[in-house]
Amino acid sequence: MRPIGRDDGHEAWPAGPGDVRARLEEGGYLVDDGLAVACFLALRLRRPIFCEGDAGVGKTALAAALATALDAPLIRLQCYEGIDASQALYDWDFPRQLLHLRAAEVAGATDADRLEGELYGRRFLIARPLLQALETASCVLLVDEIDRADDEFEAFLLELLSEYTVTVPELGTLRAQSPPVVVLTSNRTREVHDALKRRCLYHWFDHPGFARELAIVRRRVPGASARLTEQVTALAQALRAQDLVKPPGVAETVDWAEAMAALGATEVDAELAVATLGSVLKYREDLERARALDLTALLSVRGA
Amino acid sequence: MAHTGPEADGPAVLVGFARALRAAGVDAGPDRVQALIGALGVLRPGVRSDVYWSGRLTLCGSRDDLERYDRVFAAYFGGAGAGGVVRGAPAVRLRATVRDAGPAPRTGAEGRQDAVPAAVLASSAEVLRHRDFAELTAAERAQLHRLLAVFALPGEPRRTARLRPARRGAADPRRTVREVLRHGGELTPPRRRARTTRPRRVVLLVDVSGSMAAYADALLRFAHAAAHGGRVRTEVFTIGTRLTRVTRELTHRDPGAALAAVAAAVPDWRGGTRLGELLRAFLDRWGQRGMARGAVVVVLSDGWERGDPALLAAQMRRLHRLAHRVVWANPRKARPGYAPLAAGMAAALPSVDAFVEGHSLAALERLAAVVRGADDA
Repeated sequence: MRPIGRDDGHEAWPAGPGDVRARLEEGGYLVDDGLAVACFLALRLRRPIFCEGDAGVGKTALAAALATALDAPLIRLQCYEGIDASQALYDWDFPRQLLHLRAAEVAGATDADRLEGELYGRRFLIARPLLQALETASCVLLVDEIDRADDEFEAFLLELLSEYTVTVPELGTLRAQSPPVVVLTSNRTREVHDALKRRCLYHWFDHPGFARELAIVRRRVPGASARLTEQVTALAQALRAQDLVKPPGVAETVDWAEAMAALGATEVDAELAVATLGSVLKYREDLERARALDLTALLSVRGA
Repeated sequence: MAHTGPEADGPAVLVGFARALRAAGVDAGPDRVQALIGALGVLRPGVRSDVYWSGRLTLCGSRDDLERYDRVFAAYFGGAGAGGVVRGAPAVRLRATVRDAGPAPRTGAEGRQDAVPAAVLASSAEVLRHRDFAELTAAERAQLHRLLAVFALPGEPRRTARLRPARRGAADPRRTVREVLRHGGELTPPRRRARTTRPRRVVLLVDVSGSMAAYADALLRFAHAAAHGGRVRTEVFTIGTRLTRVTRELTHRDPGAALAAVAAAVPDWRGGTRLGELLRAFLDRWGQRGMARGAVVVVLSDGWERGDPALLAAQMRRLHRLAHRVVWANPRKARPGYAPLAAGMAAALPSVDAFVEGHSLAALERLAAVVRGADDA
């Protein structure tokens, strides 16, 4: 079957969802069916992936994993309220421009047109993440927490993500030689505009089940003993079922296992679990609640 | 995965599928279908899981869509989703419209242009300003609706990261250099720029439980007007026996249509109130992720709590730590001899920055002033 996606000559890129999954797993990032298909389509159809889900489920890590799997550089844009084109796309290097101007004056330059041409040349242009991503051949662009930026910025992104071109008035239109792989993440603090979502593949990240989370922790904390990772994962899953302000994400489970392994433990006991609770639970109410629970009892439920 | 999947041999099947999705409330437009066809072009269209996932990735746009998608996929292609468990769809229950919530008979006034002379309108508006919503006649109610329609509810201004040209402020190198260039390299006084301000986000939590029945209609109209006024979108939730986000329903320009949409979306008119639990639901799902952070949060409720007041107190403390300001508007506060004795109200008060009335037009004007940053009531 003829591929629909533009032909970019990336023979090295994955041939199917299974291939994507294998490559991501090689790099230590475990994916389920849906995410494998999403990544494959993103590569093949050149569509951004729009990732939503609770904090700590691996949305941001996906971009890093894709970069590793494709052996491509990762360029990250952290969004915030009030972010605009000069912070996300490009800016002029004003101090250097002024310096250049003074130097030209001292040298007795008289040709104003030529001087202006020099001042607005590529060497005084500072590429911010989005322009960098367009200029870097086959990279992964992470637009993190798009829900924090405001509507205007979303609209601006819309154009960039569908055309992969940028117009700098003084220089003309810059086009990406090969469009970047784009990962957008959102924490759902507000509804992102439909127009932007329509251009993306939408993927919802759920908390992983026991087996997958265990596999992830094993990958991420290879130094920990098998029994420790199993128990930590079981505990984290049990905590997630409790009524907490912020249920732990996979990232926290990994932190917890790392913390215990760093203390030299090969097995979880209640004392150790309580001592390291701060790496999983980040609210005082949650800590109090967890301390009140019988953590060893939670462990035995899983039979670990 | 089973290979007995859908025979997605023609786009017609997919178009039909998308139509079924649209009927179920998923916004699966033609461009999304196009994306799906494109996706299946590089996958295996005969394989059930590929069809399931590519459809889910291209046709859905939010978490709420996923449940509907699973349901329609199962119905259309038979069996359950690709490996995923098809969760039971929530029962869609249409209840009586908002107007029935109040004690007054239905007025049907918002559709017709009224011929009341302006002067009469002005003087009676003054009288109406201080009347309790619960005691209005049908005609007064209709007039109130018109008066409520002009409300705006901008939040207290805050400084943003964005810079705009200004007379005072830090030097603006971009405009300065351009100016210098325009004068052939001759130095000019620096141009300046300063930070802009924006109103804070306002989040309204409107109690629509039984004890608030006399006020819910007016307060939702107030919320509708507020949601249309400012530069920053006002978020509106209803609380009763469950929490419902109605911001989207309120985007209808016409208040009548917007309120009908809200009525259809909210399943729990006149139920009891479990403020604490619902507040926790709001904070878990929206507030903590950032919606309440730095915002002005307004709770419009009489504070009747059927649940555990301790839970409400704890959640209010949480809300208070997140929000810039927490305002509680209570329609019953204006009643003679009112004291916040209801267990819920008493539990919530320590975490409230401003406790105002909410029973009349004048009270809502006062509320708007407090939200804008006026001193506490």
